[in-house]
Amino acid sequence: MTMIVFRYDKTFEGLLTAVFDAYFRKTVPGELLAHGEPVPLFADEVHDVVTDRTKSTRVWKGIEKKVPKKPRNMILHVWLSEQPGSDMLLFRYICRIFDSPDGYAYNLADECVFEVRKLAHKVSREGEFLRQFVRFQKAGDDSFFAPVSPEYNALPLAIAYFTGRFSNQKWLIYDVKRRYGYYYDLKNATEVTLEDDGHLLDGKLDPRLMAEDEQLFQTLWKNYFKALSIKERLNPRLQRQHMPRRFWKFLTEKQE
Amino acid sequence: MLAESAKYDVSCASSGSARRGKPGELGSSRASGICHSFTEDGRCVSLLKIMLTNHCIYDCAYCINRRSNDLPRATFTVQELVTLTIEFYRRNYIEGLFLSSGVIRDPDYTMERMVRVVKELRTVHRYHGYIHMKSIPGASRELVNEAGLYADRLSVNIEIPTEQNLKLLAPEKDHISVYQPMKFIQQGVLESVEERRRSRHAPRFAPAGQSTQMIVGATDETDKDILSLSSALYTRPSMKRVYYSGFIPVNQYDHRLPALKQAPLVRENRLYQADWLMRFYGFRSDEIVDDSFPHLDLEIDPKLAWALRHPEAFPVDLNRADYELILRVPGIGVKSAKIIVSSRRFSRITSSTLKKLGVVMKKAQYFITCGELTSTSINEVHPEFVRRELTRKKPRRGFDESQAVLVFPE
Repeated sequence: MTMIVFRYDKTFEGLLTAVFDAYFRKTVPGELLAHGEPVPLFADEVHDVVTDRTKSTRVWKGIEKKVPKKPRNMILHVWLSEQPGSDMLLFRYICRIFDSPDGYAYNLADECVFEVRKLAHKVSREGEFLRQFVRFQKAGDDSFFAPVSPEYNALPLAIAYFTGRFSNQKWLIYDVKRRYGYYYDLKNATEVTLEDDGHLLDGKLDPRLMAEDEQLFQTLWKNYFKALSIKERLNPRLQRQHMPRRFWKFLTEKQE
Repeated sequence: MLAESAKYDVSCASSGSARRGKPGELGSSRASGICHSFTEDGRCVSLLKIMLTNHCIYDCAYCINRRSNDLPRATFTVQELVTLTIEFYRRNYIEGLFLSSGVIRDPDYTMERMVRVVKELRTVHRYHGYIHMKSIPGASRELVNEAGLYADRLSVNIEIPTEQNLKLLAPEKDHISVYQPMKFIQQGVLESVEERRRSRHAPRFAPAGQSTQMIVGATDETDKDILSLSSALYTRPSMKRVYYSGFIPVNQYDHRLPALKQAPLVRENRLYQADWLMRFYGFRSDEIVDDSFPHLDLEIDPKLAWALRHPEAFPVDLNRADYELILRVPGIGVKSAKIIVSSRRFSRITSSTLKKLGVVMKKAQYFITCGELTSTSINEVHPEFVRRELTRKKPRRGFDESQAVLVFPE
């Protein structure tokens, strides 16, 4: 068996182009690498994928025809997971779907389909966590700010929710781990990167920048939260299960 | 402080109605609801659950705000409540408002003030988030109707499942005052559905329906009484949820109440399991509990209990059986059952697939056949044996299972 390596630019379109090339050349890569990455010694053949809009669109059209909406969203989710090897998983998944009868995306008995679903669930759960646990702090200029640091790159999944819900206030949600965020200016949410974001890392807005009544509402919320728990039924394990500790840093009610 | 008193209300659902946000206005609501935080007892916080006041003219034995309790009393103004809700909502602390109240002067007076809060939120602040409102027992029809126009869900708590026990603990209340508003809400919902069929601009009335709550363990009702009441309630068109609240003794001096060390949490959990069986698994209440078994088994869950009483229904062949039958297997839930049905078109279901899907094989193995699996089914071993196997306590930590154990016959 020959060992074939594909190199591409690590974009989603690049991945779809790689799928196109694989079918065109009738070769299946054993490994997907980034451009410029050293090729393993035992590789027999190296193909450099040139990302091409028309090719990737054709592949995506094919996916749209073959895969119903829900599993199709999973492809995007897996891509956002940014896990090592998730691109190869997607590659195998897309090929598997193309080579199988319709509805194959529901066959959880298939290893590949199952793995995609599992990873996609983790990412979509992270998106849900963001919807749940983003805590805005009001700044002096009446805009609202929230730092986050999700495990997977799930922020794009939650943006539609925030624009729909908080459509008459300006807000910024900033992923401090990946150093980018979305800013909403009462019309659109746009991707932004802050030059100087070092001071955001501890999750609290500088009190000098806060709106006047911000401290008051934070205290009210903390008191409310404290009053709510019933001491006869304490169950901290359940609390952590629903609200993992990695989010506590940014939760108003869990901050000192 | 007013949250302190409201916390015993267990309803957390913020679900059942989806409303898209309007550009330039605040809020949206999602059909599945979102929990925004979790308290130290592990319950979800999604709504700002708060009482307008903790003054109350009633003297119910199970309630912390009863008239005869010596508590500091307080009342919100409409304006305070509205600001609090809006500001919390803007910070993504909450999914919406859950408004409840003690009864001041008379039910109508209280209800009228509550309606003013929700009306102001909706009309003045153009707030589109979720609102759950308690309907005060004994409130008039006009007020209930108005509340329904602004709130997503209305609820009236039954509290005590049988009337005679309610009379015992809350002499000033009766079931009619509870069922009457329930009926108003139901009629309101049905009329609005009818009208919206004619014109899509007709106002929606409590689009998320209504719910109710019962206290478990304060009185001597059996689980059969409770479950048959809830299944009767679920047959009503607008009833979405029945909540069960394990009784917490807040007024320990009252001798009409049982003295409990701990809230009956296991029983509450079993009731919820039974409730789910009725709503999602197609069980009837008389299948779960009947005259010979009026109480739910605290040791095993109600689905397993049913399976053990009906070994003749098993084993179920997962590669052939209908969805409804697969759903009855202990250890297989709605999700796994659906996946099994959709996956078996392509390949045979085997026990290793099942394990990956999250089926609890420890339980399911006695009730299924699938291809290669040749484990003992419930018909070969006795139901009593299965029960013993599944309820056996886990060995203590440090106990080495690989060691041979000498068992002496008694």
